[in-house]
Amino acid sequence: MILLQTVVEEVRHRSLPLYNRLKALVKSDDKRIWIFYNEYRSETAVIREEGESPNDRNDRGIRKATAWYNNHVSLARPPVRGQAKSPLPTVVLLTDDVANRQKAEREGLTCMSVRKYVEGMKESGQLLDLLSVAGSDTIEPTQAVAARQALYPDYLPMATLLAGIKSGHLHQGHFNANQYNYLEGSVSVPAFEKPVLLIGREHMNRAVQGDIVAVEVFDEKDWKAPADEVVDQEATLKNDDADDSEEEGEDDEALAERKVLQTELAKQSTSSKQPTGRVVGIVKRNWRSYVCHIDSTSLTSTNPTSLSQQTVFATPVSRLLPRIRLRTRQAPMLIGQKILVTIDRWERTSRYPEGHFVRALGKVQSKEAEQESLLLEFDVPYRPFGKAILDCLPPEGDKWVVPPKSATDPNWRDREDLRDLIVCSIDPPGCQDIDDALHARRLPNGNIEAGVHIADVSHFVLPDTPMDHEAAARGTTVYLVDKRIDMLPALLGTNLCSLRPHVERLAFSVIWELSPEAEIVNVRFTKSVIASKSAFTYEEAQVRKDDPKLSDSLTESIRLLNDLARKLKAARMAAGALNLASPEVKIQLDSSESSDPIDVEQKELRETNSLVEEFMLLANISVAGKIQETFPQTAVLRRHLPPPKANFEKLQDILKKRRGMTLDVSSSGALASSLDRCVDPDEPAFNTLVRIMATRCMLSAEYFCSGSVARDTFGHYGLASPIYTHFTSPIRRYADVLAHRQLSAAIGYTSLHPSLHSKSHVERVLEVVNKRHRMAQMASRASVEFYVGLALKARSEKETVIEDAFVIRTFRNGLGVFVSRLGIEGLVTFKREIQFDADNYVITIPADEQLVAIAVFDKVKVLVEVEQDKNTQRGRVVMSLAHPIDSRGM
Amino acid sequence: MSSRVEILNDGGFRSDGRKQYELRDITIDLSQQGTADGSAIITHGLTQVMVTVFGPREAKMRSQTLHDRAVLNVEMSVAPFSTGERRKRSRADRRILELSAAIESTFEPVVQTSLYPRSQIDIYIHVLQQDGGLLQACINATTLALITAGVPLLDFVCAVSGGVHSTEPLLDLTTLEENDLPNLTVAVMPRTRKVTLVTMETRLHVERFRDIFELACEAGQTIHKEMKRAVKDRTVALVGAMDAGAKHPSGDPDRDLTMEDR
Repeated sequence: MILLQTVVEEVRHRSLPLYNRLKALVKSDDKRIWIFYNEYRSETAVIREEGESPNDRNDRGIRKATAWYNNHVSLARPPVRGQAKSPLPTVVLLTDDVANRQKAEREGLTCMSVRKYVEGMKESGQLLDLLSVAGSDTIEPTQAVAARQALYPDYLPMATLLAGIKSGHLHQGHFNANQYNYLEGSVSVPAFEKPVLLIGREHMNRAVQGDIVAVEVFDEKDWKAPADEVVDQEATLKNDDADDSEEEGEDDEALAERKVLQTELAKQSTSSKQPTGRVVGIVKRNWRSYVCHIDSTSLTSTNPTSLSQQTVFATPVSRLLPRIRLRTRQAPMLIGQKILVTIDRWERTSRYPEGHFVRALGKVQSKEAEQESLLLEFDVPYRPFGKAILDCLPPEGDKWVVPPKSATDPNWRDREDLRDLIVCSIDPPGCQDIDDALHARRLPNGNIEAGVHIADVSHFVLPDTPMDHEAAARGTTVYLVDKRIDMLPALLGTNLCSLRPHVERLAFSVIWELSPEAEIVNVRFTKSVIASKSAFTYEEAQVRKDDPKLSDSLTESIRLLNDLARKLKAARMAAGALNLASPEVKIQLDSSESSDPIDVEQKELRETNSLVEEFMLLANISVAGKIQETFPQTAVLRRHLPPPKANFEKLQDILKKRRGMTLDVSSSGALASSLDRCVDPDEPAFNTLVRIMATRCMLSAEYFCSGSVARDTFGHYGLASPIYTHFTSPIRRYADVLAHRQLSAAIGYTSLHPSLHSKSHVERVLEVVNKRHRMAQMASRASVEFYVGLALKARSEKETVIEDAFVIRTFRNGLGVFVSRLGIEGLVTFKREIQFDADNYVITIPADEQLVAIAVFDKVKVLVEVEQDKNTQRGRVVMSLAHPIDSRGM
Repeated sequence: MSSRVEILNDGGFRSDGRKQYELRDITIDLSQQGTADGSAIITHGLTQVMVTVFGPREAKMRSQTLHDRAVLNVEMSVAPFSTGERRKRSRADRRILELSAAIESTFEPVVQTSLYPRSQIDIYIHVLQQDGGLLQACINATTLALITAGVPLLDFVCAVSGGVHSTEPLLDLTTLEENDLPNLTVAVMPRTRKVTLVTMETRLHVERFRDIFELACEAGQTIHKEMKRAVKDRTVALVGAMDAGAKHPSGDPDRDLTMEDR
């Protein structure tokens, strides 16, 4: 088979990725394809004539080359006298262009359409299916680069937007992209219970994840249900070209997209319609730098010495973002690296946003690059502390100690001396920033005195200092699997504030007098000096408590605390607190230096975990009450709003249809008890799964300023507490530092800094803290995910990894599964046609002449593999079914 | 976008259909240009440069005269229509100044300046068309113009540009290739095999340098043949014209050749 250069270049001109695949085909040995460089041969070169379109010129070139080749073949085999003339092979011109065929026939060339050619081959039936639809016998000519069409509608002017939002016919909200389907997004707006759905590129109108957009909602008859198909941007748009000189109108990719959308609409079930609308304007862009990979197929030249400027695609790590078009001179160098890209603009005429390269982070899969990219992706400030900040530390450095007790020392002013109390701390293993310690003792009157001692961070971090500003900006300490990004300099966090055993430390204590039934008789708050007697891990404390031989005062005190904690928990549960679950796993690291993960295990929860938790909750609730009482306008509190009922609808429906269970969501107590009833006796993990799914239906808790919201919305839904704050971890959370300051003022120890009297200031600080808190959680989750990936990779090199999994979602072309042992979610997609019953959450897969039905909540076995994406070098977990059927190759 | 084009495709062809080591078509025109003492127009593919030489003549600027040798004065002008993108370059353009300085220093050791103390030789370079290899064309044209002006040279100076695509060396680059590849220009004196100029404005891996440098030196010899033939043809034509006028037999052509070759 001979490919002409003219043809190859035309392919290249139309789509680079397509060209690259063609090139690979030509290179493979078994294909016997050659390229004839007809344009570079004097006999076959053609020059465009006046009035001739480039397409006609190409066709002429093709015909000329065919004619030449026919001649050439006969010359190459001159007839030898005496021998029978061997039949000469005829060169046949294969083209689907009818006009070209007619012209060729006039010139006496043999020519044929591809379809006809294939029909003449053996086993033509199978091959014919692969051909594009017959009837499209004319090839669209490549359009000349005309003025580019606008692909997106214009935004409304800002004034119109704001007026529209005010009058209520437009709605404002954060744009959320759908991670399963890049052609769909949603915006949660206060006016509707369900988020407003945006379907298709035009309706999303250049909104990027996180932007604050204004949407217009369509009439109710145009409302649609969210699609139930997995649509992968890379798969659908693999032929799209990065180069912007390319015509971007109605090309194949746009058509492909439209097709995807149409098939979805056609198959749409009647259930679950949702408000649908379109973006009419952007109120505020929230663009930042995104961590991306260069898409290698979008490169024109992969030659490392190439210096030319190229337009390439950068694929963001996050699936929520569109590909970004990038012009760079160093593209070949950046392949296989993680890079930082900023979006500059998104024109109406361009399908993709345009951005620029900021810097390279390092090789993909290298731990440093992955770690840094995580921190950047979640916007975690991770620069080392500056000099101004370090100057705020005590000048003695790590030599600082609590001075000897004296009436005149300012450190001892109004501090209670609790150094003789039997105080201990219980933390996870390896914890360095110990911010809480506990004690309990029996009082002569039969009641019990219990105390929670929290590191006195506000003694060191004074308001309105550089360190305070930095801590406020960081908001929280971020825990990654192998790294901790501190909110406060390490000297404070892990030394001076950390309540380490056997040293005197300043503390802020909450001391209760509790009845033996764990009812609060009395509570007081005081600044104190303590000396922890021991620092336990959860496991050590548990062992000590359970060891009947031990009966020293420390052990007794733990037992007493545990006893109280059990009663506290019972009381809390009775009040309707939720016992939620999240998929938490722990990464076992080889050693602290190599940080190669060796295994993933699920976190174990011991009684002592709950012991600490109960007392922290109690302290937080007590402190919340106190500061709210003293500073009703500016108290720093935390709340968890009850989730809207609509959030649970889907889960309720699934539970009812699949398991015949009901979920009562009328209150947190009702939910808690109905969750307790969702048990499958054969499957203990089922209950946990339901809890995880229920947790996902809820809103997340947030900090707020007590003066900014209505009094009746203070409640904490999950804890079933009317009021709550964070007080117990000031080393790692900034909100706690604020709560400390307010409590300190509430007990008259210090006066409240003026900034904490200002409602707007507190609101502003808490907004940052809320955001950081959310980001930190996502960052640590992503970090765990990365390590799970590494561990899986290491494991799958040794053996095939097959894990139990639960189906949590069904799609038209796949399944969402949850692997509880690894704490990861995955997607199993099928290329083959499957039957999908959206109303009953069942898919039916034809396999070996029988039908296998899989429904939500079914337990399956999945084969987990880590595969490197060829283009982006992105390692990703790929799952396929292993049981009940093997879905590899489907 | 230039990157639409492959620099070197799988068939081993460059974007203009040349093979790796193939030079572009060279045409040389040594006809008289106005009142100049010597002139040459050289074309490398789509790059065309005209050079006129005046002198040696009395130096115009007293302050710049040297008492032991002649001063070379190179002035360059780039026609605004010479590139695809029309752009007026001033005479003081840095790029132009740099190129003229490079040319000046290339010829300083080649021109026997010590024969003409207190005088100056003016070299005016006009760039008519550009498509890569500008410096090479300027140097080659200057050599030819100096020869036609009868200025004694130690040797020809033949320049050629080269680049490296991945690991493959390429010769005589077009603009498109120059933009994409690390490239250098080498000027050699073919008889003595000395090198009077090597410039490189891009980064190139040190291991690749040797290949491309040796290749460029070899290519210089090929260009020398072309230049020599052009000079010889012109001389033969001139001698023929003298014969026609004087009807006297001239010396045998071999002697001329040896003289030119010097």
